[in-house]
Amino acid sequence: MSEKFQTRASLDEARNLWKEAYDKQTRKIIVCGGTGCVAGGSLNIYDTLKKLMEKNGINVSVTLEHEPHGEDEVGLKKSGCHGFCEMGPLVRIEPQGWLYTKVKVEDCQEILEKTVLKGEYVDRLGYTSNGTLYKKQEEIPFYRQQNRVVLEHCGRIDADSIEEYIAIGGYSSLEKALFDMKEEEIIDEVKKSILRGRGGGGFPTGKKWEQVRRAKGDQKYVVCNGDEGDPGAFMDRSIMEGDPHRMLEGMIIAGVAVGATEGYIYVRAEYPLAVKRLQKAIEEAENVGILGDDILGSGKSFRIHIAKGAGAFVCGEGSALTASIEGKRGFPRVKPPRTTEHGLFDSPTVLNNVETFATVSQIIGKGADWYLSIGTPNSPGTKAFALTGNITNTGLIEVPMGTTLRKIIFDIGGGMRGDGEFKAVQIGGPSGACLTKEHLDLPLDFDNLKTIGAMIGSGGLVVMDSHTCMVEVARFFMHFTQNESCGKCVPCREGTKRMLEILERIVAGNGQEGDIELLEELADTISHTALCGLGKSAPNPVVSTIKNFRSEYEAHIKDKRCPAGQCQKLKRIYIDPLTCKGCSACSRKCPVNAISGKIKEPFHIDLEKCIRCGSCISTCKFGAVKEA
Amino acid sequence: MTESFDYSVVDAALDKCGCKPSAIIAILQTIQEHYHYLPQEVFPYLSEKIGMSEARIFSVATFYENFSLEKKGKYVIKFCDGTACHVRGSIPILERVRSELGVNDKKKTTDDQLFTIETVSCLGACGLAPVMTVNDVVHPAMTPDKAMEVIYSLKVKEESK
Repeated sequence: MSEKFQTRASLDEARNLWKEAYDKQTRKIIVCGGTGCVAGGSLNIYDTLKKLMEKNGINVSVTLEHEPHGEDEVGLKKSGCHGFCEMGPLVRIEPQGWLYTKVKVEDCQEILEKTVLKGEYVDRLGYTSNGTLYKKQEEIPFYRQQNRVVLEHCGRIDADSIEEYIAIGGYSSLEKALFDMKEEEIIDEVKKSILRGRGGGGFPTGKKWEQVRRAKGDQKYVVCNGDEGDPGAFMDRSIMEGDPHRMLEGMIIAGVAVGATEGYIYVRAEYPLAVKRLQKAIEEAENVGILGDDILGSGKSFRIHIAKGAGAFVCGEGSALTASIEGKRGFPRVKPPRTTEHGLFDSPTVLNNVETFATVSQIIGKGADWYLSIGTPNSPGTKAFALTGNITNTGLIEVPMGTTLRKIIFDIGGGMRGDGEFKAVQIGGPSGACLTKEHLDLPLDFDNLKTIGAMIGSGGLVVMDSHTCMVEVARFFMHFTQNESCGKCVPCREGTKRMLEILERIVAGNGQEGDIELLEELADTISHTALCGLGKSAPNPVVSTIKNFRSEYEAHIKDKRCPAGQCQKLKRIYIDPLTCKGCSACSRKCPVNAISGKIKEPFHIDLEKCIRCGSCISTCKFGAVKEA
Repeated sequence: MTESFDYSVVDAALDKCGCKPSAIIAILQTIQEHYHYLPQEVFPYLSEKIGMSEARIFSVATFYENFSLEKKGKYVIKFCDGTACHVRGSIPILERVRSELGVNDKKKTTDDQLFTIETVSCLGACGLAPVMTVNDVVHPAMTPDKAMEVIYSLKVKEESK
């Protein structure tokens, strides 16, 4: 990479060359470089494949160059997240479109010998479900039923390469926005598409942009919210890691449309790989003149900076996020005025989430009508969801708005993991609500969820089965929000604390008559009086679990029993004297010395000391330690 | 300013991030990257250099979860307690590790300064739940036994040194 594009024509010319090189390189091995697969060792697989291929004299190319290496070349790429994290590390073979799953370093030799040298398929690395082997990635049920729009490049292109992004048409939407459209036309197109913010609220993006464009101020900002703090959500991370340029493109388009010259990406510090890839993407875009002064000779300028978060969930809230970029504590402030008028450094600011920006470049490129053809009339387009919990296929999926929960969980997600039965799914993270069996056929979109008191949120779907205790789930979320409460307003700071105390005593078996009513009253007060959106929505998980699973609460309080059998404090671990051989293995393993007895005689557990960690159960070879 | 403290790390951070109040979070992050915590000596020094009151810098350092004012162990082990990890049983793992190492939610570092046990809300590696990280290297699909194995092997490695 050398030249800096001064004009639109020079970028187009380079694109054609890269496209030619990209198209010529038909044989490719694409190793997933998303956080999930990297943790599973995919980078070692990449290195091993590279070494093996070089050793065997194969013409391997790791970067896209203007001059292809020749007909026999094999491209080796690190892509973004493929989404099928459950089966990782993943390796995709092209041109066949095969997907190898759960690949290990030891498998590399076989991949080389069979697939690279002879073009043969390695059966044992394929994905099998219900006795059927699915060779091609697109045939796998998990993928077949998705509609990947925002995530289309994730797993297909080299996430670290601006050349590949440009080769497949990247930054042509930006060209269109810079040279073929007026600022108002860009905003009109986004408005027409009815794109709604993917961060949770669902506010119309075009309207937001228009407000910022009209707001008075010499300096305006574009801020990307990559502070994906909801536990169980990783859509934005995957986009930042897997297709960083598409998000940058969306941000630059927003800057052009509203007249901003500075942009910030606020990323969680817990996403080191995303930070690294974004840094590289920004650097490369600057090098070729797509970011900086006088972009492609258009006279427009735009710069993007990265601000790393420091571990505060509340910074996902708009005004807290901008405060954090300014180097202050992440306290939300009273609204109005809105971020669109008084945002970052008190200037008009467009604040959108990662997925929203990634969608924008497509809407400008393909037009609003194309976008409107997907999804439902009031919530067009697709939504990425992170599917986690007690589900067979954990991973990242993208479906049209209006897809039912049943399709997501059973057709794409492959149903429940283990022997449990579907019980509920938590949607929208700690601010969201739980949906139950009766909601399985509800088409998921912004408005439908609102009517039942839930929200899409950022898109985390945590699936829970019959072994999950809903009171414990409520306690877990309350613990989270209580811990993350910034402490500025009393309802949230004190109210969530009291709610947590009540929930803690219920799961510990000390619940009192009237606790449910007290929880409901506190929830009502907090949601009406807290300062920011996070505080207002903090009681949601409690309200919705009480509404849907009141009997579970009652069983904990009245009968001191956990129907799901999950609450540790309500469990009783005992040693069956008839099965116990008196070997003392369990007592040696017990971290709190709660087990005592004489050798060769039945041991017993002191329940006062026992912390119910279960290590005795896994230690006993005879199955004598039991739970009741 | 403390005579014995080496301020070159702080100076380098100021050079890298810019010597202005809006860069304070980045500056503190850079300093912490080096020391793994924020030594108290840096606060008066930063205050003078940036022109921000010590109290404000301190308020930022204590507000954000990632900053630590206490020295950490050689191995910082983080247990993810995000929803997905929680549902798949992260707490029994954490309790086992804490009780075996003699630490708790207040006392996070072992007496021999070898291990610091922390929890994080979500590492975003939900597909591999439950996960723990040792100095930012992710260990997937943990169980109480597997977690202890990792810790013991680190202990053995340290003792044999």
